[in-house]
Amino acid sequence: MIAKHRVASVLVFLLLFPLIMPYEALALNILIFGLYAVGFNLLFGYTGLLSFGHAAFFGVGSYLTGITIVHFGLPWWLAIVAGTLASGVAGLLIGFLAIRTRGIYFSMVTLALGQIVYYAFYKAERWTGGENGLRGVTVEQINVFGLTRDFVNPLTKYYVLYVFVALALWLVSRILASPFGAVIESIRENENRTAACGYNVARAKLLIFTLSAVICGLAGALRALHLSIVPIDSLHYLLSGQAVMMCLLGGMGTFFGPFVGAAVFLYLEDVATSFTTHWMAIVGVVFMIFVLFFPKGIWGTLVQQWQRRASSVETK
Amino acid sequence: MVEITPQLLMLQLLTGLALGAVYALLAIGLSLIFGMLTVVNFAHGAFFMVGAFLGVYFLTLTGSFWFSLVLTPIAVGAIGLLSERFLVRPLYGRGIDYPLLLTFGLSYVLVEAMRVIFGIDGMPTSTPTELRGVVNVGFGMFPLYRLFLIAATAVIVIALWLFIEKTRYGLIIRAGSRDNEIVRVLGIDISRIWLLVFGLGTAIAGLSGLLAAPTRAVNPEMGIPVLAESFVVTVVGGMGSLVGAVVAGLLVGVVFSMTSLFAPEYAELSIFVLMAVVLLVRPQGLFGKAGLMG
Repeated sequence: MIAKHRVASVLVFLLLFPLIMPYEALALNILIFGLYAVGFNLLFGYTGLLSFGHAAFFGVGSYLTGITIVHFGLPWWLAIVAGTLASGVAGLLIGFLAIRTRGIYFSMVTLALGQIVYYAFYKAERWTGGENGLRGVTVEQINVFGLTRDFVNPLTKYYVLYVFVALALWLVSRILASPFGAVIESIRENENRTAACGYNVARAKLLIFTLSAVICGLAGALRALHLSIVPIDSLHYLLSGQAVMMCLLGGMGTFFGPFVGAAVFLYLEDVATSFTTHWMAIVGVVFMIFVLFFPKGIWGTLVQQWQRRASSVETK
Repeated sequence: MVEITPQLLMLQLLTGLALGAVYALLAIGLSLIFGMLTVVNFAHGAFFMVGAFLGVYFLTLTGSFWFSLVLTPIAVGAIGLLSERFLVRPLYGRGIDYPLLLTFGLSYVLVEAMRVIFGIDGMPTSTPTELRGVVNVGFGMFPLYRLFLIAATAVIVIALWLFIEKTRYGLIIRAGSRDNEIVRVLGIDISRIWLLVFGLGTAIAGLSGLLAAPTRAVNPEMGIPVLAESFVVTVVGGMGSLVGAVVAGLLVGVVFSMTSLFAPEYAELSIFVLMAVVLLVRPQGLFGKAGLMG
């Protein structure tokens, strides 16, 4: 049931999500970073390409949304479109270079290219605010179909951003269910064989890289609206690493995994920071335990258990 | 704008070589580990950072730079040995991404460990007294410590080359990076060699951290840009090639220092642009073999 209507399941859950969270800000964060991890999962989980530079797309989405609002006075929804498109362009450029490499090189090159974007935005202080981040991305009221709503209210904000996340999830599900989705999974399983079957592997990789960048960029754009500032951390290597961690914790290559991972990661961070400043050590240890013992992640391991149980029932 | 004279250019070139010396050491450590274990050590920057911290700590403890120069690589190498034995080893044969992910998690732990032990602000560093001051290099005055950096790197590289090319252990390492199954068939316990190589690679990373400490700020986050830069060097030089690591390390150092002379705004970017160009023209790196890319 859940697997059949995966988009609907996630959406129903996310609809009720703010009600079960201790406070709305955490729910908003999980919504945004869940989407970020979903975008990353397209590349890592489904195509088998481990990028360590995805903060570049998250950050470009964030910054371009912010810049178009602050410097050009664009309406908020148009700014989201601008930010998302810009990260798509960034994805196309970085992807073009990165897919020339394979295997381990790919991770190293995406990391290095991500640093370029970081330094570029860091230096362009006039546009981005440099080290202090871009301030003043404030949207106080939004007007949808004649309905004016107070955007400062966290619940309103949550459900507005939710609409965008819903659209993105539908798109991702659609991509995965398409023949193209089968092609990227076959690249993960055996690249040479996919090429031998007549598929243009390089083009498929570039396309999925760009799509992944677009989804991550949208997540970044939403975060700019949520925080009303764009911190320079949005482009930082650590944020690229967070995508990897969330994806692996939740279960790479599964539809629900990234959201589970994002929720666990951010909840863990929230709890751990309340009693220690050294929460990164806890995150690091938990992550290593998962790499060593639960490489399928939380959701992946659960699914495996269910399948095992189901098949043992059948044989009886 | 300073007037560009040939002397200034030469001095800047030398500065670049000193910077590149550290890059070369870092890349050698990475390449050594990759060539042997096919593991990309994402904690390499963290080991560099730990080396810088422990180096300064041993320096203040013993009061001697030379003691620190011996103790630091041993201590960092020991951490490396433990990491390989208990964390990386269970992951062999499970796909190349897993050791990489594990070392990524390890880097978090190392960074936090240094924060717990030495505080979040980092440590003040100074050039060791014996190596302070400037010397006349023929075309101007140059800091003695940077000359020492170049010389120390040369000594380490030559020692490493002799070890790999001329000793029995080196022979096994070379054979193991070609075909570890054959080495195993010949009755050699390859896992011990892997352990040794991982320890050696991380020890060199620690040593480069110690050497670089007087020229930069020592703080727990210092390893992050270093990791990215050492990846640039490895991509430019070609993975698994020691010659490539040295040449590309020096090249990247020179490109950085020359750009900071002419266009300081773009200094950080320049080395990544260099990498992008190499990727476009020669994706396997200057000295890399095309087959290694897979």
